[in-house]
Amino acid sequence: MAVGGARDPEAQPIMPETVLETVGLTMRFGGVVASDNVHFKLKERELRCLIGPNGAGKSTFFKCISGLHKPTEGHVFMQGTETTGWLPHQIASLGVGIKTQNPNVLNGLSVFENIWMAARRFYPNEEASDRATDIIDKLALSYIAKAELGQLAHGERQRVELGLVVVGNPWLVLLDEPAAGMSSADVEHMSRIIDDMTRTAAVIVVEHDMQFIRSIASTVTVFYQGAVLMEDHVDGVMSDPTVRNVYLGKKA
Amino acid sequence: MIGLWKKQDLLAFIIALIGIWLLPTMISTYTLTILVIYGMLGLSLGLIWGFGGILCFGQAAFFGLGAYTYAIAAINIGESTVPMLLAILVPGVFATLFGAMMFYGHLTDVYLGVITLVVTLILFKFINSTAGPQYAIGHARLGGFNGIPGFHTLNVPGRTDIFIWGDTLYYVCALALLVVFFFVTWLLRTSFGRIAIGIRENETRISLMGYDVRARKTILFAIGAAIAGLAGALFANWGEIVTPGLFSLQQNAEVIIWCIVGGLGTRFGPIIGAAGLAYLKFLLGQQTLIDNAIIMGLILVIFVLFLPKGLVPATTSLWQSIYDRWPVRRSGSRRRTRSRSATHHA
Ligand SMILES: Nc1ncnc2c1ncn2[C@@H]1O[C@H](COP(=O)(O)OP(=O)(O)OP(=O)(O)O)[C@@H](O)[C@H]1O
Ligand SMILES: [Mg+2]
Repeated sequence: MAVGGARDPEAQPIMPETVLETVGLTMRFGGVVASDNVHFKLKERELRCLIGPNGAGKSTFFKCISGLHKPTEGHVFMQGTETTGWLPHQIASLGVGIKTQNPNVLNGLSVFENIWMAARRFYPNEEASDRATDIIDKLALSYIAKAELGQLAHGERQRVELGLVVVGNPWLVLLDEPAAGMSSADVEHMSRIIDDMTRTAAVIVVEHDMQFIRSIASTVTVFYQGAVLMEDHVDGVMSDPTVRNVYLGKKA
Repeated sequence: MIGLWKKQDLLAFIIALIGIWLLPTMISTYTLTILVIYGMLGLSLGLIWGFGGILCFGQAAFFGLGAYTYAIAAINIGESTVPMLLAILVPGVFATLFGAMMFYGHLTDVYLGVITLVVTLILFKFINSTAGPQYAIGHARLGGFNGIPGFHTLNVPGRTDIFIWGDTLYYVCALALLVVFFFVTWLLRTSFGRIAIGIRENETRISLMGYDVRARKTILFAIGAAIAGLAGALFANWGEIVTPGLFSLQQNAEVIIWCIVGGLGTRFGPIIGAAGLAYLKFLLGQQTLIDNAIIMGLILVIFVLFLPKGLVPATTSLWQSIYDRWPVRRSGSRRRTRSRSATHHA
């Protein structure tokens, strides 16, 4: 698919195709600039980590992409189509899987019903059931497939949410702190699942756990006070003095 | 479609038929008819509130709209079949427009409740003020606080000379409730119904799955209104008069109480709550010792405090716990019970 149209003249497409791009994305809440002129590009099937201290604007950036916020300024492009200001269901319908920072699941329903519902959006009823069962198997959730989600442990619910994000076969996946509050075994499981996703989808992961980031990421984007501070390979980012300062809370 | 039905549906169907047949030996069909009609009204709110998460404070407005539509159409047409259909259609269309306005405007929770209440009160005020002869639709004068009497009541379709009334009206209403009940059962098992329940659970998640929540809520709201409209038309036939009281605050509040007492999120609950409380009110109406409203209020308080989930869910879980304690079944059907994890990320 050609990337073109009314875009920044300097934004030239490069060889693996850019599937997500933001141009000058800005989100203000009153006086707070939660996202500050963010230029961001993601290639097909790329795995990217977003890091940054609390309040850096990582979640806000996600919400602007997924339609949960309408950006104050700037543009969002997905596979060459401008999606700025689209509603969440329109974005999701394109094939974008979204996990928000606060768990967003259907607590009163079973694990199966949760995942079936996500699948049903893209497949007929029977096929949705089959795919839900498949994913449940893959995520090792079969033993609780009929249990009510609200009764499950935090790690299990995180896994279910991951399941309903991927069951529709998205080409772009946004994960906001998927490993938060999980045991180390669960985290390991999670990184394998994310690895699996990148075979078919571009994935952006927001995480604080450096160990986890090291185990999955190649490129890391660092957010600070709403803006992109730097973008580099994980080792480059970790050894950067500015990034270290930011994480220690000093003003760089 | 066949695959959507379950064994317990057949059981429910048989029990309902037996009930419809036996109840007239205990309670007069005149009283039973109104209990059945209220059951349908309760079910209409139970559907949109209990399963769709839409708390409408004006469900009785659709009931009243259905009753008035029937009365006005029956006076003008002089038979009952088209008026019956109109009584379903008019509230349905009204709710589609009204619902679209609310849901596309992203009104939720408390605001939705307030708006539905306000619209109901406006309707109530308006109908009350239509006493003058200038307020007429065709041959039908709206009649203000006096209501509309003397319209053509239910007849056998195509035979305007054979009226359905008395015992027969009871059987017709009971069968209509049965049909509506199984329609709701079917609806809740379709993809649309299951996703509606998902919307009740978490709207944001359903949007993030790619579903247009606004459109789906509007449709469900309209279906609820159409059912309430049907109940209203049956009410008009039972009472043979329609009055603005149908739109009143008290009527609206009662529907909500029926659902709370009977149990939200169940199909039986609102029906049982409606019929039970209406019958209680009828019995209390025959004595003058204690004031009616006090008892109703007391019942509501007791339920909210001690049985907040309502009668039907409480009975079901009681039954479940007895069943689980049965030693033979125990090993097979034990449910995993886990405490909710307290690890929440800021
Ligand atoms: N809805 C909102 N209204 C007002 N301010 C907001 C809103 N959402 C976020 N903010 C502010 O925007 C800034 C960025 O918040 P955001 O949640 O994007 O940070 P984050 O990088 O995800 O942090 P964390 O690591 O804690 O999740 C913060 O200062 C926050 O207080
Ligand atoms: Mg965040």
